[in-house]
Amino acid sequence: MSRSLQRRAGALRLAPLAAAFALGAAALPAFAQGELTLYTTREPGLIQPLLSAFSAQTQIKVNTVFVKDGLLERVQAEGTRSPADVLMTVDVGNLLDLVEGGVTQPVKSAALESAIPANLRGADGQWFALSMRARVLYAAKDLKLTSFRYEDLAQPKWKQKVCIRAGQHPYNTALIAAMIAHDGEAKTEQWLQGVKANLGRKATGGDRDVARDILGGICDIGVANSYYVGQMKASKEGSDARKWGDAIKVIRPTFDNPGSGTHVNISGASVAKHAPQRANAVKLLEFLVSEPAQRMYAQANYEYPVRKGVPLDPIIGQAIGELKVDPLPLTEIAKHRKQASALVDKVGFDK
Amino acid sequence: MPGPLASRLPAGLRPVGPLWRGASVLIALGVLAPVLSLAWLAAGSSLAHWTHLLAHVLPSAALNTAVLLAGVGAMVLVIGTGCAWLVTACDFPTRRVLHWALLLPLAMPTYIVAFAYLDLLHPLGPVQGVLRWMLGYDSPRQWRLPDLRTMAGAIFVLGLVLYPYVYMTARAMFMTQPAHLLEAARSLGETRWGAFRRVALPLARPALAVGVSLALLETLNDIGASEFLGVNTLTVAVYTTWITRSDLAGAAQIACAMLAVVVMLVLLEQHGRRHQRFGSAQRMRAIRPRPLQGAAAWGACALGWLPVLLGFAAPAAYLAWESYKRLSLGGGVSAGLVASLANTITLALGVTVAAVLAGLVVAWAVRHTASTVRTPRWPARLASLGYALPGTVLAIGLLTPALGLDALLARSLGLPGLPLMAAGVVLVAACAIRFLAMPVGGIEAGLARIPPALEQAARSLGETPLGALRRVHLPLLRPALAASALLVFVDAMKELPATLLLRPANFDTLATWLYAEAARGTYEEGAIAALAIVVAGLLPVAWLARTQLALPHVDALPAPE
Repeated sequence: MSRSLQRRAGALRLAPLAAAFALGAAALPAFAQGELTLYTTREPGLIQPLLSAFSAQTQIKVNTVFVKDGLLERVQAEGTRSPADVLMTVDVGNLLDLVEGGVTQPVKSAALESAIPANLRGADGQWFALSMRARVLYAAKDLKLTSFRYEDLAQPKWKQKVCIRAGQHPYNTALIAAMIAHDGEAKTEQWLQGVKANLGRKATGGDRDVARDILGGICDIGVANSYYVGQMKASKEGSDARKWGDAIKVIRPTFDNPGSGTHVNISGASVAKHAPQRANAVKLLEFLVSEPAQRMYAQANYEYPVRKGVPLDPIIGQAIGELKVDPLPLTEIAKHRKQASALVDKVGFDK
Repeated sequence: MPGPLASRLPAGLRPVGPLWRGASVLIALGVLAPVLSLAWLAAGSSLAHWTHLLAHVLPSAALNTAVLLAGVGAMVLVIGTGCAWLVTACDFPTRRVLHWALLLPLAMPTYIVAFAYLDLLHPLGPVQGVLRWMLGYDSPRQWRLPDLRTMAGAIFVLGLVLYPYVYMTARAMFMTQPAHLLEAARSLGETRWGAFRRVALPLARPALAVGVSLALLETLNDIGASEFLGVNTLTVAVYTTWITRSDLAGAAQIACAMLAVVVMLVLLEQHGRRHQRFGSAQRMRAIRPRPLQGAAAWGACALGWLPVLLGFAAPAAYLAWESYKRLSLGGGVSAGLVASLANTITLALGVTVAAVLAGLVVAWAVRHTASTVRTPRWPARLASLGYALPGTVLAIGLLTPALGLDALLARSLGLPGLPLMAAGVVLVAACAIRFLAMPVGGIEAGLARIPPALEQAARSLGETPLGALRRVHLPLLRPALAASALLVFVDAMKELPATLLLRPANFDTLATWLYAEAARGTYEEGAIAALAIVVAGLLPVAWLARTQLALPHVDALPAPE
């Protein structure tokens, strides 16, 4: 350690200019009243309208750091001096990693507990879901298809007709984990092999590429998140995204299991363990599940609100409709995540 | 300080003082800190998951990585060396523009080129559209080209973007190769090709090794383009283990194993040329290009421009078109984007200054202690280690030591929070560590070409060591310094993973801006940010290439026209 300290001192001597003129004092930490710091893996463009509304309402300025990978590691390394107040991420597994990594703290709030159903938050108040997204089927518009089970993706009739992003992506490992919980590991492995055999191209790219590749004739069906449908179908007439969105219809798949529903995942947030502005952090969470904010989640982001009684965006309502959410608890899905990731490797899904 | 130490140095070189040596050792240790912290992480976990990795992940990932590296290596070597020799040895129309235009792909981040090509070659894109129209098909469901998302596609894209690393080092080397060596070879009966193959090429080997290893390390550590094109390399395996399986220790183990292999390969290459000495000509006359006529001239012209067209012009035109479409649909350039541009440039400048200064210190100290037994060249080798790690992995490794120091500093100064992190110093240090290999390698190579006798002369005329450095070496090092600075600046501008992880609040660069748009799935809006990265990278590439790469004593000679 002392060596590494020495060397930092050395680097410091070398980087005075860098330090001085690169970033300067412009970005000193925000410890003043009326501010809070948000670390998020959610794209700032998606949450910025919500944050602006929050600031307008409460006069609390939100400083954001948009982190991709390593949110947990950064907060852990920052330790007690971390400026982070709220940690926001997508996918229940990522959220639980933060809790297990010891960087969150419990929050008791009647507003949060009454707005968010019990299965969409940690029992101890360590994490809260803020919105939901469904993993749905995109299908070529003219396909005669009205219902679908996730298991059907492996049917031989879809050979070279299926498009999907990398199996190791959290959205897919969560789906595979849910499949393991429903059908068991052996059947899931067989299913994954079947889906791999049906791929029209490599399992890569993003969710919107599924729609694009359906229009491009590379495949007929694919699995992707629900909010992209809203984004694409709401794009300007004549734009590429609009053409892709118009080329597909959406089906809400279920599992081959009576009583099951469509697989959903969440975006959510926690209050950081060493939050310097804890009260403001709780205020932000409470704001995000309030009626107007949940309406924004639905209408600006095309997500499914966690709060009951908030209307869907009309485009989502028309193209996808109300969900029958799979009753499998999110924590159960998260438990099988590593198993799912290992299966993806085992069948060489992304190869 | 003459003594036994000095007697082992090449004639004319005196050992540097403890200050230089100490500084260079500190810098080397600074680079080592994230590696040690990774090794510590790796040691903190069992090896249980290696059964799974060995059975299902590593064989194919290693094979993919090997094929990708071999393909990209062959491609950059052929394009880079070929083009460098073409513009050095032959004269043909547009050569004077081409010789710097060949550097332009440097301004393109690999992930942007991958994305641009996927769009250009997609069944819905312009290329296949025209082909379908010519062949009389009206739907991509009737006919389409094979998908780009393959190994071959990844090699194609990476090779086209990375060949300038080889071109640049090879061109600098060929430009300063003395013509009389080639003439001697010709007079001894070698053909032109033979003289190139048996004299020019072997002489350029250290430069080519530097260029190729830079390109290969970029390839190895690339996550954007290969993941996007569906090629599962070892680096992707590191990410999957860390992100999807939340097993940071396991990921650190793979990363450390990869690093060990890279270090071994680099040592092997150096071992392979341990007996070779690369002297420099004292009074040299540069190679004068041979004018080509007629078809040969136009053929050379077409051949030389092809990499520029494919590696730069096509993707850049695509970005310009997408930006135009976006702007004409009513979107504007937001204030955030302009702020990101300013952030990007200040960050890149800070990283460049830090890395070039550190590189100079290390290379200078190593030169003046190099051949002693007690202090081998290890500071220079260690200082280059940062480039052998993927950006995010390096940033993760740096987190603990850097923030530990930051907290210590804050405590002793009574400051709140983490001042170094909040001021972006940690980010600048991380990028400087990552790109330090370029100035260290470049300046070392540059210094190696300066005869020790010059220094002896300066010292005997009364210059201090520092005076000799300032008045003799620095002017002679100008091309090497400029080239290193250019490479660091352009790479820092494109840097994404470390910036994402280590930046202070409310600090966006063009790359993070673009990434945010891409993550949101709105690539179209990212096109303007991508174009801005390219344009901002273009200016230093063009400026430095024109003023520095065109050494006056080569191209200012009256060409026999």
